[in-house]
Amino acid sequence: MPYLDVRAVEKSFVTPRGATRVLGGASLTLDDGEFVAIVGYSGSGKTTLISLIAGLLAPDAGEIVLDGARVTAPGPERGIVFQQYSLLPWMTVRDNVALAVDVVDAALPAAERRRRTDEFVALVGLTAAADKRPRELSGGMRQRVAVARGLAMRPKVLLMDEPFSALDALTRARLQDELLAIWTARRTTVVLVTNDVDEAILLADRIYPMTPGPGAVLGPPIEVGLPRPRARRHMSLAPPYQKVRQAIVEFLRACRRVS
Amino acid sequence: MTRPGPSRLVLPLLGLILVLGVWTALSQTVATDLPSPAKTWAESRRYVLEPFFKDGEMNQGIGRLAFYSLLRVGKGYLLALLIGTPIGFMLGLSRKFYETFDPIIQFLRPISPLAWLPLGLVIFRQSEPAAVFTIALCAMWPTVINTAVGVRSISQDYLNVGRVLRLSRFRMLTKIIVPASLPYVFTGYRLSLGLAWLVIVASEMLTGTPGIGGFLWQEYNSLVYSHIILSVITIGAIGFLLDRLMGLLETRLKAV
Repeated sequence: MPYLDVRAVEKSFVTPRGATRVLGGASLTLDDGEFVAIVGYSGSGKTTLISLIAGLLAPDAGEIVLDGARVTAPGPERGIVFQQYSLLPWMTVRDNVALAVDVVDAALPAAERRRRTDEFVALVGLTAAADKRPRELSGGMRQRVAVARGLAMRPKVLLMDEPFSALDALTRARLQDELLAIWTARRTTVVLVTNDVDEAILLADRIYPMTPGPGAVLGPPIEVGLPRPRARRHMSLAPPYQKVRQAIVEFLRACRRVS
Repeated sequence: MTRPGPSRLVLPLLGLILVLGVWTALSQTVATDLPSPAKTWAESRRYVLEPFFKDGEMNQGIGRLAFYSLLRVGKGYLLALLIGTPIGFMLGLSRKFYETFDPIIQFLRPISPLAWLPLGLVIFRQSEPAAVFTIALCAMWPTVINTAVGVRSISQDYLNVGRVLRLSRFRMLTKIIVPASLPYVFTGYRLSLGLAWLVIVASEMLTGTPGIGGFLWQEYNSLVYSHIILSVITIGAIGFLLDRLMGLLETRLKAV
């Protein structure tokens, strides 16, 4: 039985102009410690799918099971890194991370929680900025805080919703490398949603292409098969890289032609 | 908007001179009972230059009178915030609470202080608590409504963070809902203070309690019209200062 099992979830939204069927039976499976990416065009329903896994939305049909338990509500075991960071602007970097630590490690004494908080802040390289507020940080630094907060939830699966899409290309590359290093060290189970094929190949073990909506579904997963630890340099020249990239791009292109 | 220093001072000064000119002209032509600026100053200077003298209950320096009024406003305002803030949060948080009480609030909101005051006198049988009651009742609405709007306009993103972390109701309130709505709440506080200051004059005029409004009414009855103008100017100046003060607090708060 897979660790995370998303079974044929459907979701429609009712708008004044009628109902829109966003997801039309999307399925995916994930093993413990695996890094899976979902790649698709903007607006195809990726965020809806991640919100369903997070429990922030309820599916109209189908179900989601994590580690044997059905998902019915949001919870820290499905930590999420939002696209727009969603840091609380009235709190410092440390307090934003502490919010998660204080909930997940509520049983620990305050000094120990503080130590753990600082550990997560250090993990994303923000110790020097720990007392700053989000508005004083660059986009890249803000997203680092969001990643630290997500990891601080000690989630069974970390959900990342286009975490780097709002960043400039150079910062995005740097954060991808950092995420790769953190994941290699911690092996957290991750579902990453992205519209960047190269980002997906660099980071993921398996990639699910998503058909463009309405009624989006996930295509058959594509194994990346590149050896770890990975490094950005030279990787794009490796034959498996080219093969995976071509498979995804062709799948997405074919879907678009049909729809 | 920022222009060189001199013109920013010159134009308001010009406006002031213009108004004083019209005032003088009016007092000499159409409204001969209206004291001219010069006469107003001559008859009021003691009240301004010795703001804290006290000759009798109703004959006191302008500083003393203003102090009484501010004290009364302070009490009523504080009461307004203490009642209005929780009601505002309830309205913003609970759909049911909103549907139950919003019609009543919309109904009570436009009632003038002049209408509440007699009721206050009936209930409390004393002018002081009646005045405080009236101020509180009239001043609390902007706090109620702004707080409710503030709570309802909290970004779903912040609420989602709380939901994912499964924050307790208490933590959700203290960590997310209160800080997120604070700028709105404070705008409500600022508007409420303005209203409280508006109400003070009416309530003092009707109850005859010592204060700037009571003084105004007494001087009208004693036919000392220059002191009416003195009171009006004092009321305006204090209202302006209060608003500026709250504005300053507000910008500091929003800078956080």
